[in-house]
Parts: sequence; C-alpha cells; structure tokens
Amino acid sequence: MNGGQDLGGVMGFGPVIDEPNEPWFHERWETRVLGLTLAMGALGLWNIDKGRHARENRPPSQYLNWSYYRIWLAGLEDLLNQNNLLDKAANATSRNLKPLVADKVAATLARGGPSNRTAQAPARYKVGDSITTNNEHREHHTRLPRYLRGQTGEIVIVHGAHVFPDCSAHDKGENPQWLYTVRFKATDLWGQDKNPNDHVHADLWEPYFV
Amino acid sequence: MTNHPHDHTHPHSHDHEEGSALSDTVLRVRALETLLTEKGYVDPAALDELIDTYEHKVGPRNGAAVVAKAWADADYRKRLISDATAAIAELDFTGRQGEHMIAVENTDEIHNMVVCTLCSCYPWPVLGLPPVWYKSPPYRSRVVIDPRGVLADFGVTVPESKEVRVWDSTAEVRYLVIPQRPDGTDGWSQEQLAELVTRNSMIGTGLALNPDEVNT
Repeated sequence: MNGGQDLGGVMGFGPVIDEPNEPWFHERWETRVLGLTLAMGALGLWNIDKGRHARENRPPSQYLNWSYYRIWLAGLEDLLNQNNLLDKAANATSRNLKPLVADKVAATLARGGPSNRTAQAPARYKVGDSITTNNEHREHHTRLPRYLRGQTGEIVIVHGAHVFPDCSAHDKGENPQWLYTVRFKATDLWGQDKNPNDHVHADLWEPYFV
Repeated sequence: MTNHPHDHTHPHSHDHEEGSALSDTVLRVRALETLLTEKGYVDPAALDELIDTYEHKVGPRNGAAVVAKAWADADYRKRLISDATAAIAELDFTGRQGEHMIAVENTDEIHNMVVCTLCSCYPWPVLGLPPVWYKSPPYRSRVVIDPRGVLADFGVTVPESKEVRVWDSTAEVRYLVIPQRPDGTDGWSQEQLAELVTRNSMIGTGLALNPDEVNT
C-alpha cells in the first residue's frame, strides 16, 4: 500500500540526528511493548508480514506522528482484535494456546523465523540479467517501494525462494517466490545530477518484475 | 509538509506526551500487559527475559567481534563474504532478524550503507535493536536519494570518485557492513580491533575509529 511507511525519496524531514550514547529504550513502556509483541508473536497466530502490515495500515499522519513503539503498540492491538483475543471469554486455555515460557526464550530467538522455502518453479533470472519492475499501485501489503516501481536494474544476487509478503500478509499462504538483489543506478532513479558512481540495491521478488 | 505535522483532534498522538508518567500510552500498555497476562497468553517471566535479552545481552559488540575476526583472519573473511549467515553463526550469533545475513565490505572503491525504507529491518543478532534515527523518517527517506548528504550529517565524507552503495533491506535478508580496517593496526589482537568497530561503521553511516580515537 502507498502508505506513510513507504518513505524512500520523500523530502522535508530534515537532518538525521544521531543521539550520542543512545539508550536501548527511552521509556520503560517501550520495553513492555517490545516484549509483548515478541511474546504474542511467539504464539504463532500471525506471521511477520501480518505484523508489519498491522503497523503500517493506518493513516500516514498517524504513522509519521507516532513514535516507533507507539506504532508497535497500535499494531499489536489491531492483531489482538483481529484474532478476538481480548474477548471476555477468550483465554489461552479456551484457544488452546501455549505461551512462550522463560526458559524457551533464548532458543526461540536463536531459531528465529527463516523465510527461505523450496522453490515452486525454476528461477527465471540469473546474476547479470536486466529486469524492469512493475508499476502497479496495490492496496495490499507489498515490499516493492514506490521509488523502485517502473525502474530497470541488474540482478546481482539470487537468494532462492522466500515467503512472498504480498500473500503472506493477507492469509493467502506463503506462496514462495524467487528473491533477488537488484542493483539500480542512482542516476536512473533520481536524475542525471546524481553521482554516476552511486547505486541502490534492494531485495525484490520475481512477481515484482514486468 | 512540515517536519512535525500535528493532528489536533487527537491530542495523545503527540510524542512529548508519551513521556509523561501517566500518559495515555503508559496506561494503555499497562492495561494490555495485565490483560494478556491474566488471559494466560503471556508468561511474565518470559516477558522479562525477552526484554533483558535486548536490553543487556545483544548489541553491536557482537558485530564488532565479527568484523574484527574478518580483519584478522583472512580465511574467516572469505567465509563471511561467501556465506555470512554461517560465518556469523560460528560466533554463536544467530536467529531472529539475522536468519539470512549478507556481509558487504567497504573498500577503496565502495562505501556501503544499509537502510530499511519501508520499516526498520536491522540485523538484531549482530547489532541489537536499531537506534531511533535508523527507524525514523529523516534517514529512511533520504539515504536512498541523497546518501552523501546523510553521510555529511554524520560527519563522514566519501570521495566523489568512490561508489556509494545503499542496501535497502526490503526482504528478510539483513546486511552487515564490514568497514575498512584503519591504518596503524598491524599486529593488533581481535579484542583490540573490535574496540575500533562502532555500530554506525557497521551500518555505513560511520567509519571504523582510528587507533588515536580509542584508549587501548
């Protein structure tokens, strides 16, 4: 979706300010939001793409005004409501859910959630091939940023097949698709006054190509 | 657009109000935690363990150890470039938000920078949680269109003749920049070298420190 999260190339936000000796969290409630999001995610009721979409699927004014963990809180609340987990009668027993326990935390985090999958078909592209991205403006979750739509680039890495977020975020299965790193010239993306030496690389799935 | 657009029909959307002790957000989080715990979805001890992990156990010292080992050990450097996930796992840094790692090396010809323009993707096992600037609109919007301007914000100048290569983490692949090894560090131990490796140098908004910038 063309939402507030799709920020590449947007102007007017001012300089990047690096806070010296920045703490991991600025408020204690932020630690609870991180922990609750990870603990609830571990129940397996939603995947990372649904989680991202829940955070991003809101008015751009909200997305841009709110602090990072305030957005996470809103995303978590939406996921809880979508799954009716806050209904009066709902609880872990009635839903047959096993909460993440403390002595499983380290192993769960160390395992993570790899997104590579067995390919459904051979890769259509190899390193060195030229591709052009499509210029379709979908309302659903997608990981093709606006600034990379309708652009031509070169395949530089073939990653194998990975879960396709455009489907995975919307209960349409993992639908694994070939994932590539594509190299774009800064001058192609942003105009001839850019440095001809500079490039942007992005990881894009095969369905994003024309 | 202004730098801080305010929606005055929703007074609680203001960042600064989140800082007050009993703000709407604080109360909301407290109520949610109580509810989720009472319903049995969240084990309070697990919650504490999750927070402790990212507040105290994981951070850029992990990545610094990887970089220092690559600087000191040519075979390790080769393994890191060819299969970063496996090479980083040799040091026991694995898992969430580091499942598929790529190491990109700065050279005399290339300066690498990492961003996630769409959200905040960042290699947690080697760098910990991202700093606020990495997650915020000024960096995410500008580094792809004006990387050299962003570098200037960090006090870094890269020669015009050198390629600036920005990696937008749009999938589940996570990138670690291997900064250039500073001169004057021949014969240094990996522990000494790691002291030169800053978080920002592994994102690409900084360079590794010079020997005269640390007390070793």
